Amino acid sequence: MSRVEQGGTTAGGATTSEVTTTSDVTTTPDATTASHAGAGVGRAPSLVWTFGLFRSELVTTFRRWRTLALLAVLAAVPILVGIAVKIETGDGSSMGGGPGGGGGGGEGPAFIAQITNNGLFLVFTALAATLPFFLPMAVGVVAGDAIAGEAGGGTLRYLLVAPAGRTRLLLTKYATVMTFCLVATLVVAASALAVGALLFPLGEVTTISGTRIGFGEGLFRALLIALAVAASLIGIAALGLFVSTLTNSGIAAMATTVGLLITVQILDQIPQLDALHPYFFSHYWLSFADLMREPVYWDELQRNLGLQALYAAVFGSAAWARFTSRDITT
Amino acid sequence: MQEQSAADTGAGGRAATGAAVISTRALTKRYRGGQLAVDGLDLTVPAGSVFGFLGPNGSGKTTTIRMLMGLIEPTSGTAEVLGRPMPLAARTVLPEVGALIEGPALYGFLSGRDNLLRYDAADPTADPRTRRARVGVALDRVGLTAAAGKKAKAYSLGMKQRLGLASALLRPRRLLVLDEPTNGLDPQGMREIRALVRELASDGTTVFLSSHLLDEIEQVCSHAAVMTQGRLITQGPVAELAAGARGRLVVTTPDPADAARVLKEQGVGDVVVTEDRVTGEPPDRDLAELNAALVTAGVRVRGFGVERASLEDAFVALTGEGFDVAG
Repeated sequence: MSRVEQGGTTAGGATTSEVTTTSDVTTTPDATTASHAGAGVGRAPSLVWTFGLFRSELVTTFRRWRTLALLAVLAAVPILVGIAVKIETGDGSSMGGGPGGGGGGGEGPAFIAQITNNGLFLVFTALAATLPFFLPMAVGVVAGDAIAGEAGGGTLRYLLVAPAGRTRLLLTKYATVMTFCLVATLVVAASALAVGALLFPLGEVTTISGTRIGFGEGLFRALLIALAVAASLIGIAALGLFVSTLTNSGIAAMATTVGLLITVQILDQIPQLDALHPYFFSHYWLSFADLMREPVYWDELQRNLGLQALYAAVFGSAAWARFTSRDITT
Repeated sequence: MQEQSAADTGAGGRAATGAAVISTRALTKRYRGGQLAVDGLDLTVPAGSVFGFLGPNGSGKTTTIRMLMGLIEPTSGTAEVLGRPMPLAARTVLPEVGALIEGPALYGFLSGRDNLLRYDAADPTADPRTRRARVGVALDRVGLTAAAGKKAKAYSLGMKQRLGLASALLRPRRLLVLDEPTNGLDPQGMREIRALVRELASDGTTVFLSSHLLDEIEQVCSHAAVMTQGRLITQGPVAELAAGARGRLVVTTPDPADAARVLKEQGVGDVVVTEDRVTGEPPDRDLAELNAALVTAGVRVRGFGVERASLEDAFVALTGEGFDVAG
């Protein structure tokens, strides 16, 4: 319990006021003045300082075992698909109903048949296989836990009295979830690219339209597709964050978000609800395949981005309205 | 710019010496279920005081603290902290307030040091350049330097409590709000925390301390307030509160039965006999006459006097109960 008299001085870059603040707390007026001067100085660069929370949030999120486990599962999907395709072609059997087809809807098999000719197609297949469930589930877990997990653990009250600021904390959380969307998608793509390059030949790419593009151009398209897939997750991220502001239980928020995801996916398959389909966040998800057309068919891609933006606006506002007016009792 | 703001606060600080650090007017919180948790609270915490906040469990202490920290919106009434309205001025007020609310809350998968780094990063007015140094100082102040690298989930309750205190001490504060700060600590730890509170108070920090340990409040606090069932019963300097409760007349004698009879005859109320001690409410007249009466009646008196009331007596007298959970 001994007191160290000079804390600020050890950090070379400390300003004069900081030194006073940390090293001298013995007399009332001085301490008061110094702390206030410190706050006054702090106001100027606080725009940069304010991102400290975002950095801390990223570090905290990506250091959790749960996050790493989710990313590991996502990285394993292309490995399994790649090995399965390799074994099947080894047997000389046909590729029609490949393992990616189950989740990949109409586009999956089209890509999967080409994997043996070009490993790059494993990237498209893996993204098509993970987008309907694995990717949004992972995002739902991270988004659902974002606020509710902090509330349940009691850490939310300490972040707010720090003071993190409710709007700032919510924006930081949303930015972190979006970062996770991007990282998760890139993990799938990178794992698929590595497995594809290892097991299959690489080379020129045949587009859906039948034209051929160079490998470099194909790689660029793959990156665009990964970005389109990551952007497709914006809606579920906003929805998950909103659910997260409603409860103090991280588990409940995660389960609700993943439950909503499954429900919407099922409803999207019911023809009687045709009129509602364009408003389901998952409806245009597979539009990313249009990036493999020559020329690129932008129509559905744009509709997808518009829909995701709409979800972000609606549920982002709802989350903000709820979170800024809520009593924190945990 | 800097000088000007320093001058401003210099003046403000001097004015605040006599003013209140916390001041609430008719502060009320009714939860959605209709339960009235805090009812028309008028609380004034003078600057520079160590303020004890007392009350049975469920009396509304924590709801009050949460309203002061901007975590809960009051149903009606106003609260000012450091002279500015809460929760409106939370962004400017809270960087100068360190708080430990309802026990510590930590990220179990992060080390003690990383927990503090995260809480400090949450404060947009905290300088990231001095962050590590300030965290080191805070850890040292609560005696956690050796365990700083351990994951927080491996901490004992007492260590978590210390880490929570460290997070309240990351920056120099004008006000510390400590809710049950010695909870879970061993006697040695309690003594250390009390010494720390005294040290902080002598530095001029106002400490707002809630505790269920009355002797702790009596040892550490200069002022106190008592709450029960959402209402504030009394507040003021601790010495005055204790003096408010009347002391008890205590007679030590080998003839307790005779002594009790004589005392009753002399108008002493509520006479209680325990072995060789006879106690009662002292009457409003010269106690020397009482003693003379005892001796005249042949009662052998070993000791005679009035025991000063403790804060606990005052508390029981005020709330009419001990520390039972309020209905």
